[in-house]
Amino acid sequence: MNEDVSTIEREVLKEYKYGFVTDIEADEAPKGLDESTIRFISAKKNEPEWMLQWRLKAYRQWLNMKQPTWPNVKFPTIDYQDIIYYSAPKQKINPDSLDDIDPELRKTFEKLGISLDEQKRLTGVAVDAVIDSVSISTSFKEQLGELGIIFCSMSEAIQNHPDLIRKYLSSVIPITDNYYAALNSAVFSDGSFCYIPKGVHCPMELSTYFRINASNTGQFERTLIVAEAGSYVSYLEGCTAPMRDENQLHAAVVELVAMDNAEIKYSTVQNWYPGNSEGKGGIYNFVTKRGICAGINSKISWTQVETGSAITWKYPSVILKGDNSTGEFYSVAVTNNHQQADTGTKMLHLGKNTKSRIVSKGISAGVSNNSYRGLVHVSKKAANARNFSQCDSLLLGDKCGAHTFPYIEVKNNTAVVEHEATTSKIGEDQIFYCNQRGIDTETAVALIINGFAKEVMNQLPMEFAVEAQKLLAISLEGSVG
Amino acid sequence: MLNINNLHAGIEGKKILNGINLQIKPGEIHAIMGPNGSGKSTLASVLAGKEIYEVLEGSVDFLGKDLLELSPEARAAEGLFLAFQYPVEIPGLSTTNFVKTAVNQIRKYHGQEPLDAVAFLKMMKEKMALVNIAQPMLSRPLNEGFSGGEKKRNEVFQMAMLQPKLAILDETDSGLDIDAIRIVANGVMKLRNKDNAVLVVTHYQRLLDYIVPDFVHVLYNGRIVKSGTKELAYELEERGYDFIKNEVNILEPGI
Repeated sequence: MNEDVSTIEREVLKEYKYGFVTDIEADEAPKGLDESTIRFISAKKNEPEWMLQWRLKAYRQWLNMKQPTWPNVKFPTIDYQDIIYYSAPKQKINPDSLDDIDPELRKTFEKLGISLDEQKRLTGVAVDAVIDSVSISTSFKEQLGELGIIFCSMSEAIQNHPDLIRKYLSSVIPITDNYYAALNSAVFSDGSFCYIPKGVHCPMELSTYFRINASNTGQFERTLIVAEAGSYVSYLEGCTAPMRDENQLHAAVVELVAMDNAEIKYSTVQNWYPGNSEGKGGIYNFVTKRGICAGINSKISWTQVETGSAITWKYPSVILKGDNSTGEFYSVAVTNNHQQADTGTKMLHLGKNTKSRIVSKGISAGVSNNSYRGLVHVSKKAANARNFSQCDSLLLGDKCGAHTFPYIEVKNNTAVVEHEATTSKIGEDQIFYCNQRGIDTETAVALIINGFAKEVMNQLPMEFAVEAQKLLAISLEGSVG
Repeated sequence: MLNINNLHAGIEGKKILNGINLQIKPGEIHAIMGPNGSGKSTLASVLAGKEIYEVLEGSVDFLGKDLLELSPEARAAEGLFLAFQYPVEIPGLSTTNFVKTAVNQIRKYHGQEPLDAVAFLKMMKEKMALVNIAQPMLSRPLNEGFSGGEKKRNEVFQMAMLQPKLAILDETDSGLDIDAIRIVANGVMKLRNKDNAVLVVTHYQRLLDYIVPDFVHVLYNGRIVKSGTKELAYELEERGYDFIKNEVNILEPGI
C-alpha cells in the first residue's frame, strides 16, 4: 500500500511558481517596532494627526496584549523587533499614468498575470495592486467614479475621504479585538477602500492583489468595504510572495459594512508562499476578517480558497445585526507538507430571522494539519435564527491531520441550528477507477479534489474559478492517497 | 487479441492465480465462471493493472503489446475496459465531466486533438440512446447515491463512450435484479461487433442468458480447470461447482 502512496506523491509534485523576487530599490523603515516606527510610517504617508493618535493608541494597547495560544498551530516565537514594518518600492506614489510606474514593478505584476494596463485587463475587473507596504496602482477609477463608487488605496482614502474613514475604520473590528488586529492597527501601511453609494450595483469585480516582495518585511494591510443601502459589490483579493527561507508575517484586517438590502460578496484566493517541503520558510498568515450586516435584509458572503501560507489563522465572520440578514461562509483550505491551517468562521445572530450558511472543505496532505474552527452564536433576541453548517475533510495519506472544532451557543429556543461533518480519504480505488478509464493519476487527483471542493468553487466569480481550480491541483504537491 | 500465457499472480504474499492460459480472438465472447475465491476478480484486476496485485510469472499479450508492461491508463487507452463489480463514487464529479476527461486523455494518448464540446455532446447523445440512459443521471456526481442497477448501467455507458477492444465485465450481475441484468446485458450486446471481444466474469449462469458466450471456462484454485461451450454453464448451474471440485481433486489430490 505504501508504494502506491508514493506514486501519487510523485505524480502531483509541482512547484510554487510565484516564488521569484523583483529587484527594486526600496524605501524602508529601520527594523523593529516602537513609537518612532509608527510615527515614521504615519509621516511617510503624510497622515493627519487623528490617524497617528489612532495608531499610537492601538500600539499601546498591543503592548499589553498576548499572542493567542488557542489555535491548533505550532510555531517558534515571533521576534517583533526583527521585522521591517514599512517597505515601499522607490517610485512615485500615486503615479499619474502607468508610464510613471517602475518597469520592473509592471513586469512583476505582468508575471503574476495581473496587468495594470486597463486595456489589457480582464474585462470587468478593477484592480488595486499592493506591493509590500504600498498601493501601486488602481485601475478603472474614473469609470467607477462616475457611479459614485470610491475604489482606492487606504492611504488615499485617509487623505481624501477622512469622514468615511473616521466613521467606519475599526467600527467592525475594534483596535483591541485581538493581538494581530491591534498590531495591524498600529502599523498598517496600505490596503484598499471601497465605498458603494446607495442603490448602486457595482458593474465590475473589484479586486486587490497583494504581493510581498522585500525580505524581512511584514505586510499589514487594511481593507474596508462599505455598501450603502440597496447596493451590491463583489470583491476579490489575491496574494503571492517570493520563496524565502525565513518566515514572513502577514497580519491583515478586513472590515465589511452592509446597510439595508445591501450585499457584499468577498472572495479570497490566498496563495502566499507555503514554505518548502521540509517546512522551511513561508508566510504566517494571521488575519482578522469580519463583516457586519448592519441593515435589514442585508447579506455578506465570504468565499475563500486557501492554498498558501506556512500557517493560516483566520475566521472571516459575520455579525448578523439587521433583521432578515444573511451571512455565508464558503471555504476550501488546502494544507500540504508542513503547512498548518486553523480557519473557520463566526456567525453571530443578533437580529430576527437571520440566516447563516457555512460550507467548509478541508483538504490535508503530507504531514500538514488542517483545522476547522467555527462558532454559531444565537443571541436571546434573535428569534427564528437559522444556521446550516457542513464541514467536510478530505485526507490524502495517513500522516496528515484534520480537526473540526464547531462551537454552538444558542440563547433563543426558536433557533434551528444544523451541523453536518464528514471525513474521507482519497482512495486508491478512486485513483484506479480513473486510471482504468485512461485518466492519469495526476489528473485523477485533480478531478477528485475539485469534485470535493465544487460547492465552494461554484461561489467564485467566473473569472477566477478556473484559475482557482488549477491552483488546488498545484498546491497538493507531495500529496498522498 | 488477448493471449494469457501461464499467468501467476498474488496479493501480499498470497498466491491466487496459478498458471492461467487463455486466448481471446476478436468477435468472441468468453465467460469465466467459478466458485467464490477461485481468483475470477483477481484475474480481472491483474489484467486491468491494479497495483496491489503482484505478477509472479507468465506473460500477457494484448494486440501485440506486452500488457503487463503498460500502466493502467495506457492499458485503457490501448482498448482494455473493466466494468467494475463495485464502481467507486467520486463526490462532486459529474459522469459527463469524468467521461469527457477520459475520452480526451485517451485521444491524447493516440496523438489526437481533444473533442470539442459540440462533438462530445453529439457522441454522448448517440451512446445514451444506445444504452438507454438519460441525461439527469450523467449530471449527477459519479456513482454517488446510485442504485446497483444505475451503477452498472453507468459502467456500460462509459464502455459505449470509450469503445474498447476488449471489455471485461467483473461480476456485473451481482446485486442486480433480473430486469436490471437484462437492461445492462442488452447494452453490452448492442456494443458488440466483429472487432471487439467480451470477457464475462461471473458466478452465476443467468447473465449468460443475455450475453451468450462462445466459450465458458471454469476457474478453480487459480487455474482454468475446464473449458467448453455455453452448455458447460448450464451444467454448472444444474450441478453446482462441487462436481468440478470433485473432478479436480480426484485428478490432482494435492490441490
